[in-house]
Amino acid sequence: MAGKKIAIIATKGALDWAYPPFILASTAAALGYDARIFFTFYGLQLLRKELDLQVTSLGNPGMPMPIPMPVILQAMPGMQGMMTMMMKKKMKSKGVVSIEQLREISMECGVKMIGCQMTVDLFDFAREDFVEGVEYAGAASFLEFAGSADITLYI
Amino acid sequence: MSEVVVKELDTSGLSCPMPILRLKQTLGTIESGQRLRVIATDPGSQSDFAAFAAQTGHRLVESRAEAGKFYYVVEKR
Repeated sequence: MAGKKIAIIATKGALDWAYPPFILASTAAALGYDARIFFTFYGLQLLRKELDLQVTSLGNPGMPMPIPMPVILQAMPGMQGMMTMMMKKKMKSKGVVSIEQLREISMECGVKMIGCQMTVDLFDFAREDFVEGVEYAGAASFLEFAGSADITLYI
Repeated sequence: MSEVVVKELDTSGLSCPMPILRLKQTLGTIESGQRLRVIATDPGSQSDFAAFAAQTGHRLVESRAEAGKFYYVVEKR
């Protein structure tokens, strides 16, 4: 799809929500799209050199659970870590690659990663916290690209 | 000898989007007109390989399912 463009906004910093932007952007790049992901707010966590992404079932009644569990128990200390471990194990057993790998492949495929400068400042993050190759920009830059994009997604 | 399969790619065990990404990467290592054989276990690859071919212009010469595995031959554009 030479000449086509896809613009994605990644706003979530959870392990499960990390997949859609990278899967779509890397696949789009493989199809010949100019693919860019704009990471804002919690989405910036996906750009950290050292990822520590977690999943939680809290506020997410759709998450399949191995055994039915009252919400109050899901909020107990250690539950999030356990769920994250179980999710990672399940993903591995099903051939779903890690976010680290998917992010690296995305960059190899030519996906452009853009960090929201406002969020970096807001949370007192430093550019050194994030992987090499990230560009930093604001809303106007995103809109300039998205305005001529064929597909725009907010994730 | 444009119709000879010059390379084989086994994506068994990998799920979306890896078979397509590996396909794209491996196509980059062969010449135009050459063919690549791909093995996959991801059932989604059946529609994805067709969609990849339709959008990139590479030709899906063969696509078949056999005993839980999927076999493709892709000719580079």
